[in-house]
Amino acid sequence: MQELINRAKELLADGTVARVLGWKAGDLPYNPEPAYFEDAESLKDFVYNGFCGANLSKYMIEASKLEGKTMVCLKPCDTYSFNQLIKEHRVDREKAYIVGVGCKGKLDIEKIKKLGIKGIESIEGAEITDEAETLKIQTIYGEKSCAYADVMLERCHVCKGKEHMVYDELIGESKDTKDAERFDEVARIEAMSPEEKFAFFQKELSKCIRCNACRNACPACSCRKCVFDSTKFDSAQKANVDSFEEKMFHIIRAFHVAGRCTDCGECSRVCPQGIPLHLFNRKFIKDIDALYGEYQAGEDTESKAPLTNFTFDDAEPSIVGKRG
Amino acid sequence: MQRIGVFVCHCGSNIAATVDVSKVAELALMEPGVVHAEDYQYMCSEAGQAKIAAAIQEKNLTGIVVCSCSPRMHEATFRKAAERAGLNPYMVEIANIREHCSWIHKDIEEATKKAVILMRAAVAKVNLNTPLQAGESRVTKRALVIGGGIAGIQTALDIADAGYEVDIVEKTPSIGGRMSQLDKTFPTLDCSACILTPKMVEAAAHEKINIYTYSEVDKVSGFVGDFTVDIRKKARSVDMDKCTGCGVCQEKCPSKKSLNEFNRGLNNRSAIYTPFAQAIPNVPVIDRDACIKFKTGKCGICSKVCQAGAIDYEQKDEIITEKYGAIVVATGFDTIKLDKYDEYAYNQSKDVITSLELERVMNAAGPTHGHLERLSDGKAPKEIVFIQCVGSRCSDDRGKPYCSKICCMYTAKHAMLIRDKYPDVNVTVFYIDVRTPGKNFDEFYRRAVEQYGVNYIKGQVGKVIPQPNGKLLVQGADLLDNKQILKEADMVVLATAIEPNPDVRKIATMLTASIDTNNFLTEAHAKLRPVESPTAGIFLSGVCQGPKDIPETVAQAGAAAVKAIGLLAKDKLLTNPCTAQADVLLCNGCSTCENVCPYGAITYEDKEVNDHGIRETRRVAVVNNALCQGCGACTVACPSGAMDLQGFSNRQIIAEVDAICR
Repeated sequence: MQELINRAKELLADGTVARVLGWKAGDLPYNPEPAYFEDAESLKDFVYNGFCGANLSKYMIEASKLEGKTMVCLKPCDTYSFNQLIKEHRVDREKAYIVGVGCKGKLDIEKIKKLGIKGIESIEGAEITDEAETLKIQTIYGEKSCAYADVMLERCHVCKGKEHMVYDELIGESKDTKDAERFDEVARIEAMSPEEKFAFFQKELSKCIRCNACRNACPACSCRKCVFDSTKFDSAQKANVDSFEEKMFHIIRAFHVAGRCTDCGECSRVCPQGIPLHLFNRKFIKDIDALYGEYQAGEDTESKAPLTNFTFDDAEPSIVGKRG
Repeated sequence: MQRIGVFVCHCGSNIAATVDVSKVAELALMEPGVVHAEDYQYMCSEAGQAKIAAAIQEKNLTGIVVCSCSPRMHEATFRKAAERAGLNPYMVEIANIREHCSWIHKDIEEATKKAVILMRAAVAKVNLNTPLQAGESRVTKRALVIGGGIAGIQTALDIADAGYEVDIVEKTPSIGGRMSQLDKTFPTLDCSACILTPKMVEAAAHEKINIYTYSEVDKVSGFVGDFTVDIRKKARSVDMDKCTGCGVCQEKCPSKKSLNEFNRGLNNRSAIYTPFAQAIPNVPVIDRDACIKFKTGKCGICSKVCQAGAIDYEQKDEIITEKYGAIVVATGFDTIKLDKYDEYAYNQSKDVITSLELERVMNAAGPTHGHLERLSDGKAPKEIVFIQCVGSRCSDDRGKPYCSKICCMYTAKHAMLIRDKYPDVNVTVFYIDVRTPGKNFDEFYRRAVEQYGVNYIKGQVGKVIPQPNGKLLVQGADLLDNKQILKEADMVVLATAIEPNPDVRKIATMLTASIDTNNFLTEAHAKLRPVESPTAGIFLSGVCQGPKDIPETVAQAGAAAVKAIGLLAKDKLLTNPCTAQADVLLCNGCSTCENVCPYGAITYEDKEVNDHGIRETRRVAVVNNALCQGCGACTVACPSGAMDLQGFSNRQIIAEVDAICR
């Protein structure tokens, strides 16, 4: 972390960048939040640890409009989102000085709480430089501990890899955290009967409180004006009047990001209700891979996306009928 | 608020027998905005149109709904009627209560319910319609004909004779197509080459016709009257201007092991070749996959022997971009592959051949120089069996469900010619039905039976078994005598089904012309517009539209030419105003719409926008209304809903859905 702060100070001092986009400590030990730092003084609040899950690439949409370059800290998975935003002309590559930061997996506070660890005062072992395999947690009930890998975010268990897809320089080591198959959960749901599937999503989505956190955090949801906010459409700010409508928001959102979603997992991370929203997107990704060949959104900025590209060997629409 | 009139058509009994039309009209009056509703026997008749015009004027209607047949049938009629009465033609909506309702339902109550719902949806849409103005586009006075067979040649000649420039694009090294492979033609038995070659020469010599052989259509953009086409002239490796067509290169070429496509692979050709003696142009091509020079870098004999210095190993594919007002598809056919018909032993015995292969065997320029002989041992056959409907009229997925139409007649021709030339040969034809509807066709078939003694057996062949003695045991049934037949034959000829040229799928996709499940191009109307594709500016000539013999092909080729000429004769066309528009305030500039637009109608510009007081320069989508065809692909791809289609706005479609679900 100190290396990052030092480098940020250098870049600010020599005028390479006008500001730094990173994370600052929140009011609790486990909720750092995205923040801009415009001078060396303010960088005292800069943090980078296992709780810095937030994907900062979306902030670059606004930062691209500001004077001067912005140093932005991107984890390997965040760089896919950044590339996708370049592809969609939403961010200006020239306005970003990308520091690819190391990552050893990000932590899920909900998983920690589920272990019965509550009243947290401080956490040791979440620092990115820390090699510790366990977290030491001071709580008002005394010291507790848990294995780092046990409380990682779901997305880190199916990590896309340690490589940064785009960067200007790299700081810090990354760790391989993948220990599960990305599409296993989707396959499990695919195997359900239509009734079971419906019941599963009914149960999950009925928890939704329409706080819009998933949409606001999602780097693919980058529209200037979301269809759910626009008075041009009847869907704007509509309350859910029945159980179908509470699904509608998520289904529409899944379709809007289909083929563009990099599977960064922010939707599920930020959901206060713990809805596994990434499953929708991952189902689309699995289908795209199966129908059009392997495709990872954000791997590059040039390739043609299967859903917005036509080739003569594209799957015929009748495939939908055949697959059910 | 709109003032809407609803007009419910009986269509004689077509609609009225299944739908309670007066009830539809009565309920229409309950719909928001509807101030007038009536039903009438034939809305499309002059009296019906007069009723619409009178209502528009008397009741000051701002929009109308006609509940009638498909808009493909009469939308234009009613739009014109409304326009004459002073209403903007795009304030007319059609509720299709015939094809979508009365024709497919039997129960009057159910059908009436559905007709009411369809009417409601159309009314809901008209409530949101706005007047639209059609623009104008120019017509490029040049036609493209894809395919240089008899269909393409005839179409090109007819268009050129009317005074318009025509380009023919032909995939193979010569024009002529399938007809050039035929020996004699039914029902007159005149020599195919003798009647085709003059046409080929005429096309080549015509000052208005330009022929691109060994060329393919690579890309098509634009729309009716203004297509832009990329033609790939494949590298011939021979300079067409220098070559004199002397043929020495072909004689001296040491690589002579390539299958001769023109002779259906029955013999070999050299790597540098012209497909046949009368080829036009009479300039060979080098088959680079077979050429020793291209494979090993050594050889170069053709270059050494060419007096004209025409051989050019460095030649590259050339892309020619040209504009056309009309495109005629004349891509023709091929015979189906017989991989799924093992029972006929086609792949096991050289003496089981297709009818098209027999054409080459019978032809003086063919692999046997016109002598009827077995391809396995060169012996003269004494017993020949013809099997009809191989892959045609097939109910399973091995073959084609349709009748290939030409087989009955060419089989009678083959049988007759063989009996005439080799009276000692017995000819047996196994058939399901003999179909001879055509001028002088049945007389021709009867001559084969009565004068030439061809033995016709009604029944199918179950199996052809090659025997150790080289003969073929044919196992069949005689349905009229109700008995099994076992017959030893020296040769078996299969009347193999024809199918559209496999390239047609790719071409249809480029042209956005629709094809049916058998890959035949679909006509705009099966009866009334048989030579036009539903895609404006695309015309159909020959077998690409459906099985045909030569006279029918030539007739259709002429018809397609007339339709193309009718288009080229116009100076300007009205454009469809139902085009897409981008809302600059909602546009993300993400390029999704640009990627999905099949017409290249969308570009991006940096525009100064004022978004509720925020002034900034944004990258936004701009639609070229002349290129946009209103397909709506962009409107569904746009994540922010910035793209909308005039005349089919998102709001209108949702209103229709809401009306249906009400």
